[in-house]
Order: sequence, then structure tokens, then C-alpha cells
Amino acid sequence: MLDSDVQPPDVTRSSTGSTLLRMRDLTMRYGSRTVIDSLSLDVKPAEKLAIIGPSGSGKTTILRLAMGLERPSAGTIWIDGQYLWHVERNGATIPAGDSQARRARRAVGMVFQQFNLFPHMTALQNVAEPLVHVLHMSRKDARERAVDLLSRVGLSTHLDHRPAQMSGGQQQRVAIARSLALRPKLMLFDEVTSALDPELVGEVLRVIRDLAHTTSMAMMIVTHEITFAGDIADRVVVFDHGRIVEEGAPEVVLRRPQSPRTQQFLKAILER
Amino acid sequence: MSFLFLDEPAAPALSDYLPLLLQGVPVTLEATFVSMVLVVASGFAFGLGRSSKTRFLRLPAGFAVEVLRGSSAIAQLFWAFYVLPYFGVELAPFVAGVAVLGLNGGAYFSEVVRAAFASVPKGQTEAAIALNLSAWFRLRRIILPQALPLMVPPFGNALIDMLKFTALLSLVTIQELAYRADAIRSVLAEAGPVYGIALLLYFAMSLSFAAIVQQLERLANRWAGRPDSRTRGQRARTSAVPRWAFPGR
Repeated sequence: MLDSDVQPPDVTRSSTGSTLLRMRDLTMRYGSRTVIDSLSLDVKPAEKLAIIGPSGSGKTTILRLAMGLERPSAGTIWIDGQYLWHVERNGATIPAGDSQARRARRAVGMVFQQFNLFPHMTALQNVAEPLVHVLHMSRKDARERAVDLLSRVGLSTHLDHRPAQMSGGQQQRVAIARSLALRPKLMLFDEVTSALDPELVGEVLRVIRDLAHTTSMAMMIVTHEITFAGDIADRVVVFDHGRIVEEGAPEVVLRRPQSPRTQQFLKAILER
Repeated sequence: MSFLFLDEPAAPALSDYLPLLLQGVPVTLEATFVSMVLVVASGFAFGLGRSSKTRFLRLPAGFAVEVLRGSSAIAQLFWAFYVLPYFGVELAPFVAGVAVLGLNGGAYFSEVVRAAFASVPKGQTEAAIALNLSAWFRLRRIILPQALPLMVPPFGNALIDMLKFTALLSLVTIQELAYRADAIRSVLAEAGPVYGIALLLYFAMSLSFAAIVQQLERLANRWAGRPDSRTRGQRARTSAVPRWAFPGR
């Protein structure tokens, strides 16, 4: 139902055929702690990727790297036709600054665990302001698109509510609408239901499930909701200690995991 | 019948000098306001400088704050007034005085600025980056509206502090309220009444400042789109006075 809103990814721009996101030999260190350990990962256009794994395994970090919120200690990230932190000059790939990152970030959107709505703006302003200031839409058009998206996440009656006046589930749906409005080709969901009261989880998962089934937007979803992951993912990736320990179709990884680490992790989650 | 004694020198009366004393009020007010402009400007400069990622900005800002905070304001005042001319920098007394008071207050206010910015959750900046909003928009429309209202009450403190600090300017020949009170006292040879009036004048000014700051707080909250803490009754909830201390609850 959101299909009309999201343009099909422009694969002709990419020089490597049908890859939207390409991470190569990524390493992320905080001090002496290695959070991501020379990891490589590709995401295809429209692909729905679920990332699972124990806490501290680097799941959130990989999303933050894909969003360009952190600069990797080593390795390259390539999104939709360009590098995030590098530029190609005379055939060589050289490090680049924030302006390059800002260009590349356009293809990516992110929904956070803590919603991170702007508390001094209404739901409508939260969604519409970026449209005016990033996409340079007119106020009228921005408002129109924002109203449209907020209705699609079931919040047409909450346009003028401020974040403090909404439940966590409602806030998270505004945050989803806010990211969608910029029409990214890749959406990142970082444990978006972890901060919610149990009875509010369903409404948010329903919105994401809807999106996954109706859009051609690629998604990377970090989650602890195993059933949900199995439902929507084309591919499940299992993280541990900053590396990928297992990946494959959800039927395989979630039902008949090969790696002992995955078996152990799934057992712990299902017995909860 | 006093007109009959016009030719005789009358004993000096306080009422004769009252206009002279009152003329010190605008001088004090002017010094306070000009200094406060400098306090806010240098407070932002020092505060943002100290929280900057570049060492080139952070170290000089930190050094300036420590020097200004760590030495006596009177000594700084005398230095600007008596020593700077030896280096060829001759400042008008008012300029030198206001510069010292303003920079001094700015050193303290920089901590207010820094704390207010630091109290805005990091997720706000990250969400703004993820939405590809420019750094300028991030500062002006996301961070500042959340940080600024927090600075208003401490600004009120700084303002009233500054009002009282301007009395130091009497030491460098500025004829503000304290200077005049002292001069009139030496003529009248009676300290009580004239100092009493000076005290009341300072008090009246500080009271009206407090009222202005309260309006300013309301304004800042409205600009930032925050619910007004006074009218929404949130004050009671965040108050240090426990609820059971209110009668009838």
C-alpha cells in the first residue's frame, strides 16, 4: 500500500550490478575494543535483511556505520553508486570528508530504538520539516506528503500532537513516517520495539511488516523478535563478536541453524 | 520661610543630592546591559569553544576561562585600566570596565552554555544527521530550541550578579550608583540615609530584572515550543518541596 510512495531503486547508477549497499572489510574499534571485525556484507535493492545476535555483537554498530553516524576504523562502505567516506579519483579510492558522507546518506534512512523525535515539534512538523529543508519542497507539498504518511501509519488524528503527548508506539510510528518521507532506498531499523511497552510492540511491527511486503525499498532490521524476522526477511544474518557467524534464508537459519553459536542464541531467546 | 535665608549657606541636605544620586541609575543600568551582551556573546564563544572537537579552539577557550575565572575581577579591572595603557592600549574607563566585567561573567556563563548543550540528548543530533539535515539547521532548529530555555534561569542569576558587580566600576572613575552614593556620603558626612537609598535602588532594579527574566523564560519556552513550566503545573512536580508539604493534598 505504500508502493506508490517509494520509487524503485535506480540500479542503472550502480557500477556493480544489483547491489545497493556494499560493505568491505569493515572494522570498527572503540579504543582497544573491536566491535566490528573485518566484516563484509552486501544488500541488494529491495532486499529485506534481518540481523540477529546477542547484545554486544555489533548489530547496532553495523547500522550506525551504514547510516554514516560513525566513521569506520578501516574498510569501505559503498551505497547506491558512491562511497560513504571515500571518493574515487584517478582510479584510486581516497578518504573523503563529511560532505561526501552527506551526499551518500541521502539513500539511507534510519529508525532508532529511542525514536529520537524532535520534542519541540508536532508530529506533522517532525515529518514535514526535513522535506522542506532537505528536499526543498514547498511547505504545502511537504505538509501534504507528511499528512499522507502519518495517515498511513494510522496517526491522521495526531498530526498536531507533540511527542510528549503520544505513546511510545505512536512516537515510533511518527519516526517511521519521518524517515519514509525522504524516500530512502535503504531503511535501517535499530531494535525499534525494544523501548516499547509489550502491548505497543504489535502496532509498530504491523507497520513495518506492511512496508516490507508492499515496498521495493531495501531494509536492514536489527531485532530480537525472531518470529517477526522470519516473517519479513529474505535473508537472516547472525552476528557474534563483530563477525557474521551464519547467514541464509530465514527457514534455514531460524529453523535448522548450522552454527552452534546460532543454535545456542536461538535456544536462549525461545526459552525466554 | 526658607526664602528669607537664601543668602546664608544652608547645611547640605540629602534631598539636594538626590537627583545626583538618581543620575547614577541609568549609568548602572547601561553598564549592566552592555556587560551582559558581552557575557552572552563570550559565554557562547567560550562554551562552544570548550566543547569543540578541534583542539585549536578548545585549548584557547579553556585557557581564557580559567584565567578569567581564576583571578580577581578587581585585579583584572585595575590591570585593564592602569596597565594596558603601558602597552599602548588606552581604553575609555567605561569600555575597559565593561570589557572586564563582561568577559569575566562570560567565563562563568560559558559553563551554563556548555551544560545546556550537553543536556540535549545525542540521539537528537543523530536523528538530524540521519535525516540529512544541515549542520546549521541542526544547531538552529533542533539543538538550540532545546538548549536555550535551560539557559534562561541561570541567565537571570548572571544578570542580577552583574547589576551588583557594576559597583566595581566606581573604582575606575565611572560615576555609577555606588560611586555617587559614596561621593554624596562624603559631602553629607552621614552614611545611613544615602547608602540606604542606594540599597533600595539596587533592590528595585534587581526586582524588575527578575520580572523581566520571568517573561523571557516564558518567551524562550514558547519559541522553543515547550509547554510553559509555570502554567502547566509542572513546577510542583519537579519542585524540591515534597507534595505532602502542601496543605490540603
